[in-house]
Parts: sequence; structure tokens; C-alpha cells
Amino acid sequence: MAAIKKRGQQTLMFSDPPYITSWASMAGPKEGEGPWAAEFDQILPDYLIGEASWEKAESKMLRETVKLALSKQGLKPEDAELLVAGDLLNQIISSTYAAREIRVPFLGLYGACSTMAESLLVGAMMVDGGFYERVVAATSSHHYTAERQFRSPTEQGVQKVPSSQWTATASGALVVQKAGAGPRVSCVTVGRVVDMGQTDVANMGAAMAPAAADTIKMHFQDTERLPDYYDLIVTGDLGAVGMALASELFVREGLVPSPNYTDCGVLLYDGLQGVDSGGSGCGCSGCMLAGPLLRKIKNGEINRLLFVATGALMSPTSTFQGESIPGIAHAAAIENI
Amino acid sequence: MNMNNDEMLKTAQQEEYHHLVNQMKPKPPVISNCLWAFVVGGLICVIGQLILNYLLVAGFNKQDAGSLDAIIMIFLGALFTGLGLYDDLGQKAGAGSIVPITGFANAIVAPAMEFKREGYIFGVGAKIFSISGPTLVFGFVASVLIGLVKLWVINW
Repeated sequence: MAAIKKRGQQTLMFSDPPYITSWASMAGPKEGEGPWAAEFDQILPDYLIGEASWEKAESKMLRETVKLALSKQGLKPEDAELLVAGDLLNQIISSTYAAREIRVPFLGLYGACSTMAESLLVGAMMVDGGFYERVVAATSSHHYTAERQFRSPTEQGVQKVPSSQWTATASGALVVQKAGAGPRVSCVTVGRVVDMGQTDVANMGAAMAPAAADTIKMHFQDTERLPDYYDLIVTGDLGAVGMALASELFVREGLVPSPNYTDCGVLLYDGLQGVDSGGSGCGCSGCMLAGPLLRKIKNGEINRLLFVATGALMSPTSTFQGESIPGIAHAAAIENI
Repeated sequence: MNMNNDEMLKTAQQEEYHHLVNQMKPKPPVISNCLWAFVVGGLICVIGQLILNYLLVAGFNKQDAGSLDAIIMIFLGALFTGLGLYDDLGQKAGAGSIVPITGFANAIVAPAMEFKREGYIFGVGAKIFSISGPTLVFGFVASVLIGLVKLWVINW
């Protein structure tokens, strides 16, 4: 029996598109100096927010973002039926420790920086599948927890190269419901792991761009929509280098998304903040979606958004063993229907 | 061993993409990086030399003055790491602040600070040489080899 909600190879069409009824975002001090400061619900005053370690601070940020997203509808944490969340840290501890406090059923995901789209698409599938009425999809990243795990100690004097990116300290949470009001998730495209043999961990945009291009191509192929169907196509955290590469790949794939295509990693900071190629991390696309992007959809400035969060799926172990960097991208179409 | 067509196509695509990445990747500002490295590295050496001269004038013999100078420079490297300034300097100066002995101090103090939250044994103790470890290991290997050369070739 054919899957009734699947279209083409990788896309899932929802029969009763779930609503994103409320959302919340938090951002770190550096992100709070960027162009979108007014759009985030809360700007953290520092990187520890009263906790004993950066990891604890990240987990607290995620937990508070989930609570805030629910409280905007007057809901308590236990009103969520399921939390779907992930982050960048080993064993996704930010999410699990946040879930420990929230005490609702929890599914942990790892999709590196693609987690905002991954958690949203899993949450939306759960709701459209009739399993839950209210699911919270969330993610977070913290600059210093990511630095110390993936790169070098934060006080070490190393020089960054222009293609490197800055892991954002930020989080985003979306409440996905069967009933309500707000933007709706009409369809999602689950991405494939694409590896074009890139090994430079200081150029992750280049590793992820082919995955973004692949998922976007598959999305249009599966849905038979044209690129201009969307008011905006936004990738997660390709940064300036990755975005330029993705644009080139779009042309080669015969897609023409240029005027309405942008990238959260390019948007999150302004050019003077010393972030080289742009922002990265789960929170980069997370706070942009759960901040400015959904606000613009709600206000009708954007009616159809294709949100494509991108992730680089390497670990320090695979890097040291000489493996190349696999990329992934998941897409979610968010529309005012 | 023959590669099948799929693998050959994949390799060709990867090579083509690699070429595209190299074309579009922004180039690091090599000249200004070199200038920064030269000026900052040079300044660190000048400071070291001034301290050495002072110690010699103060009456230390050459060997003691050299050792004291190294100790003072290591202290300064550690101090500026602790104050959170050495990483900002490193971002500008690159090799200019990594190569001098102050950079070595930074490479030891930075992980020690970073992993203090995991405790003194599994954090500081286990991770303190995580950056400088290779330098120490291969430094020891080189010193053993040179020692053997001295023993067998020169003293033969």
C-alpha cells in the first residue's frame, strides 16, 4: 500500500496542516548586538546566566525558551504532550537536561545545525498523524559549549580564517498544534546525507551547501511547485561562503531562487561583528525562525516560506580520522493558509 | 582494482565541487596577517630581550638570566591568557603570538582554564596538555634523538 501522505521521493504533504500557534526565541549578548535584537523575546545579559557552566546555561536557555513559547498561549510546561528537541553537544545534553526539568515525554534528535527543521518536521508529522495535539519543537546552541567541544579552548589564541563561522548563542521553540491559529506547516522534505568530500572544518558552509541544494531541488521536484511559489527561501547556516556556493549550485540544478533566497547565517549578524562568513549552530536558524521569520509570516509580510535548516554531521573524532564532512538539510514549508 | 562507473562519477563530481569551493572561498589577507605576525611576534621578542638585558645588568650570569627571562615570559603569557586578552591578540597576530614562548604558555593555560569545570583531576589534570601535548611528545622524541646523535657520533 502506498504511503498516502508522501509525494515523490522525499516530501510529506500534510492532510490537515498543523499550526504553529506560538513561538519563542532567545539570543546571546553578541546576537543581541546584531540587526535583529528587537525581534528576539529575550537577550541574555551574559553567557552564563547565573549558572555554573556554559553547558548548564545553554540547557537553561532552551528550557526557558520552551516555557516562554507555551506561556504565550497561557499554557504551562506540562500542557505540552511531547517535546522534540536537539542540540550540538555530545549526547544532546542541553536538550535532555532541559527535558528533565520540563517533565513531559521527550524525543531527542541530532541533526547538528539542521535541528530546528528536523524537530519541526517530526513534530508536525506527529500532529498531522493524529498522535498528539500539541508538540513543542525546540533547539539551542551556545557559542562557548560548541567551541570547546568542536574546536579549541576558548582562551586559546588561534587565528580564524575568513570562511569560518561563529556558532550562535541562541535558541528557538515552536508550539505545533492540531488546532489553533497561526502559520501552518503544509509540507516537509526530509533531506538525504550529501557528502561532496569536503574536509575543511573551517569552511562548513561549503560542506553543507550541496545538501541544501539537493533538498531544495527534491522539494520542488516532489511538490511540483516552482521556486517563485515561495516569497522567501531561507537556508539555515550556510554563511556567506556557503550561500554563494548554494546559489551557484541552484543555477546548475536549473533552479532560479536568487531574488528570494537568503540564509540565516548571513542575516543574524551585521558585517562588523567579526563573525567572518556568518553565524552557525542550531540556534542560528532556530532563533531566526522563532523570531523575525515567523513574526513576518504572522504579519503577512511573508505568506509562504521555505525554511531549510542545514547541518554538518561530523564529529571531532571523524575529523581527526580524516573523514570528510557529511551535510544534511531538511525543509519545511510554512504558509499562511 | 577497477572503480565502477558510479564511484568514478562521484569522484569527478567531488573534484569539480572542490574546484568550485576553492574558487569561491575568500582568501585570507596574507600580507596584513604577515605584518601583524611580524610586528606582534617582534614586539614579544623585544620585551623578552629588554627583560634579559635588565637581568644581565642586575648581575645575573648569562645562563640564569636566560632561564629567568623564559620564566617571566611564560608568566606573562599565562597572565594575559587568564585576563582573556591573549586569544584576542592571537586572532590578530596568528603565528606572531603562537610561536614565541608566551604562545606555549597560552596553549597550556587555555585548556587548564577551559576544563576547570570538569574538576581538577578529569578536567585540568587530564586536559592541560591537550593542545601542547604533541609539542611535548615530539620535543622529547627530538631531544632523545639528538642525545643519541651526540652520544654515538660526536663522542665516538
